[in-house]
Amino acid sequence: MRHVLALLLALQCLTAALAQERRSGFDDMARETQAMQREDAANPAMLWVDEGAAIWSRPAGAQSLSCANCHGAAEASMAGVAARYPAWDEGSGTAIDLAGRIAQCREQRQHAPALARESEGLLALAAFIGLQSRAMPLAPPADGRMQATRAWGEALYRQRRGQLDLSCAQCHDDNAGRRLAGSTIPQAHPTAYPLYRLEWQGLGSLQRRLRGCMNGVRAEPFAYGAVEMIAIEAWLAQRAAGMAVETPGVRP
Amino acid sequence: MTPRRLILASPALLLLPPPQPARASAEAMAAALRAFTGGAAVTPGRVTLDISPLVENGNTVPLSVIMPSPMTQAEHVRAIAIFNERNPQPHVVTARFSPHSGQAMLATNIRLATSQTIVAVAALSDGSFWSDSAQVIVTLAACLEG
Amino acid sequence: MARVLINIPRQIRAGESFAIRTLIQHGMESGYRPDGAGGVLARDIITSFTASFEGEEVFGLELSPAVAANPFITFSMRVQGSGMLRLRWRGDGGFDQSEVRQITVT
Repeated sequence: MRHVLALLLALQCLTAALAQERRSGFDDMARETQAMQREDAANPAMLWVDEGAAIWSRPAGAQSLSCANCHGAAEASMAGVAARYPAWDEGSGTAIDLAGRIAQCREQRQHAPALARESEGLLALAAFIGLQSRAMPLAPPADGRMQATRAWGEALYRQRRGQLDLSCAQCHDDNAGRRLAGSTIPQAHPTAYPLYRLEWQGLGSLQRRLRGCMNGVRAEPFAYGAVEMIAIEAWLAQRAAGMAVETPGVRP
Repeated sequence: MTPRRLILASPALLLLPPPQPARASAEAMAAALRAFTGGAAVTPGRVTLDISPLVENGNTVPLSVIMPSPMTQAEHVRAIAIFNERNPQPHVVTARFSPHSGQAMLATNIRLATSQTIVAVAALSDGSFWSDSAQVIVTLAACLEG
Repeated sequence: MARVLINIPRQIRAGESFAIRTLIQHGMESGYRPDGAGGVLARDIITSFTASFEGEEVFGLELSPAVAANPFITFSMRVQGSGMLRLRWRGDGGFDQSEVRQITVT
């Protein structure tokens, strides 16, 4: 109990300390790109959200169950859910990200064919579910069991890696707001994922972006779904706690 | 062997510039424009091309074009064609309008290979042609992914 | 069938212009991207878009590889009464997709 209270206090202090200084990548974007995110009719990510809504209602697996069969209307049952991930998974005794939870539900409860990491189907569902938390504050669970994962995530965030020997913190904490080539370095908050990235001309997850960054510093990127990825996601969520969810976002 | 002798003795060491992807040029754009207008005179004005002068990512660049017109059977915009100068080929889009269009307007997202000039040419029902152009600077994404 | 989003304004008045916003999921492979084996990935794009109201063409667009992936097309139209709007996208590889929507004048 004391552990949980300490964690809650730490989270509150962190949130308060960073609240004034924190900036979403949205604020660093050009006006036109911001407009693309703001208007659902112009946001290409909404094509994936539409697909996700269709998958939600589509029966799958041996018992022909759809997500809706258990969860009902996503607008009600999934409200605020994406904002609470990564979270602790009782079954496996580890932290789990939203995509992992969706895939797990699909395989173990729906008994449907697995949705691979970064597949169109999984991205679509993640975008659709993420949308149900849009404008809500990112709310990493006050769960003491997540502490070790978040701490490891922070350590990975601060660790130098790759041929360029750079850590995430060196760009995104120490040099956020300054320019790298023609682009502004964002603070790197996970508030808008999965998002439509103009560079990809497609929808991608936070882990895809992390792999891109790791390639950028010429480091061996962590695999999709790797425990390191979940840990970094957990740390980034804590670091961004309280910021508004923007899913599905648009970024350059 | 001294470096100088090595270079003189090995023509194979002559470095050729890396092959450039084929690019449209100002000439190609002019040719495409002529094909659209049939060689008729083009007057700058009346049509407005709206595109940001500084673009974050050339993969998806919002663009809109509009030409005020009563859009009646007697007087309307027939078409607006958009050309570029430095993509691999000079065409972007060609829009066809009718009196049912309400407005001669189009908004879309385009790709720009590099910083360049974009030109919009409008064809009116009376046979005249009008144009607008914009200079766009395209910055590249900083962390190019593998 | 590619995913399509079509945005039609709620309030449409007879004789007044209104904008239709469309998005279609399509990679728009330009035909210039290297395939990693020394060649290029074959072109696969949407080449034309047409909007017809009650069978008559209202707006048409010829697309090129210079149009961004997941083409976003916004155009204007004006009607005197309610009727059927047909949107059609055609392209490489026999791509041919139509969507029909009711336009209701309030």
